Amino acid sequence: MEFPGLFNYWIVVVLMMIGFYMVIAHGNLIKKVVGLNVFQVSVFVLYISMGKIKGGTAPILDAGIEVYSNPLPHVLILTAIVVGVATTAVALALVVRIRDAYGTIEDDEIHALEDDL
Amino acid sequence: MAASAVGMVRLRNLFAVVMLSGIFSLSAAALYVVLDAVDVAFTEASVGAGIATVLMLGTLALTTTEEAIKENSRNLGALFVVVVTGGMLIYGTLDMPFYGDAMAPIHQHVAPRYILDSGAEVGVPNIVTSVLASYRGYDTLGEVTVIFTAALAVMCLIGRGRENITHGLPEKTDNAHPSVMHRHSVLRVTAKLLMPLILLFAFYVQFHGDFGPGGGFQAGVIFGAGFILYALIFGIDFTRIAIRGWVRRAMLSSGVLLYAGVGVVAMFMGGNYLDYSMLAHEATHGQHLGITLIEFGVGTTVAGAMITIFTIFAGQDR
Repeated sequence: MEFPGLFNYWIVVVLMMIGFYMVIAHGNLIKKVVGLNVFQVSVFVLYISMGKIKGGTAPILDAGIEVYSNPLPHVLILTAIVVGVATTAVALALVVRIRDAYGTIEDDEIHALEDDL
Repeated sequence: MAASAVGMVRLRNLFAVVMLSGIFSLSAAALYVVLDAVDVAFTEASVGAGIATVLMLGTLALTTTEEAIKENSRNLGALFVVVVTGGMLIYGTLDMPFYGDAMAPIHQHVAPRYILDSGAEVGVPNIVTSVLASYRGYDTLGEVTVIFTAALAVMCLIGRGRENITHGLPEKTDNAHPSVMHRHSVLRVTAKLLMPLILLFAFYVQFHGDFGPGGGFQAGVIFGAGFILYALIFGIDFTRIAIRGWVRRAMLSSGVLLYAGVGVVAMFMGGNYLDYSMLAHEATHGQHLGITLIEFGVGTTVAGAMITIFTIFAGQDR
């Protein structure tokens, strides 16, 4: 097997699992949001690396260029990034509200407060 | 990149975690350039490394910067789940086409059409722009609506009630609170010099998006970043006076309206919804006009959303 081979997918899987671990193992809500962002970036890398063609160039039409990389994943991910930051902002706003309501952003402390009610 | 990701898991100081996530985004952007996705890299660099980091820092200022230390009972369980899932995913990749393979299924269906025909059909050199705005205009309209909705959700969650009612908006600059940074004259002068350049660059990115990397999404984020810089240096009150609440809300909604309106106009001109070919006598002219208009709509909404979200976060703690 030549070098890049499936290596790009393995990087994606490793990054995805790091993000996944942050989401499920950490109780801090901001850490969870950061974990979701890492997970999200790993999906972006998956799409973009699949769109790459060896010897290709950026998909901007110009004379004398034969091979372009696939523009479709670029379109999908470009908009996904901006949507991602907007949804991250919503998540962070929720964190701020939770902090106002419970005085903490650790999920087990929130559960304990809920049980006391 | 993986190193900064591992660092983010281990560190308990959330400030360091947020800074590392900025570095993580920037290295992701560099990776996208290597993978030929210049538009995506542009977006990631301005959004991930810029706005997202600022928003996270804003949240830290409102909550806490240290993660509580826990007994690690669920860490082992989580590690087990993660390793098993990762193993299965890696097993799944064994059937995938190799990196850079031109014969991979992803390159066989609609992509050749976009690459071969978009030059004649849409007449815009940047294929990403023509796919984004013309071929897949419905998707993009949906995404702009999501951004609009997200800004509304942030407003509903933490925006109203505190921003205008509790504190009240200072009417004149005399009784506005300047930020701490305001005392540093070097920062103040540099920011004043940079502001018009940043906004000018945003407009360049906006209208040059047909020919090079760029477009409404990136331009909107850069435009928003200009005002965020202003807010960081001069204080949030001055920003609220420079760009009033109704201006922000008008920007937020008028972009989506402009985008959807272009589609309706195309219907009245006898085409399908969002079919720009009908907008002018010649199909490619119509496409050009339509793409320019809807990209402007995208830029307006994204800029409005970024400024709105930032001012809400920054306006919390005073």
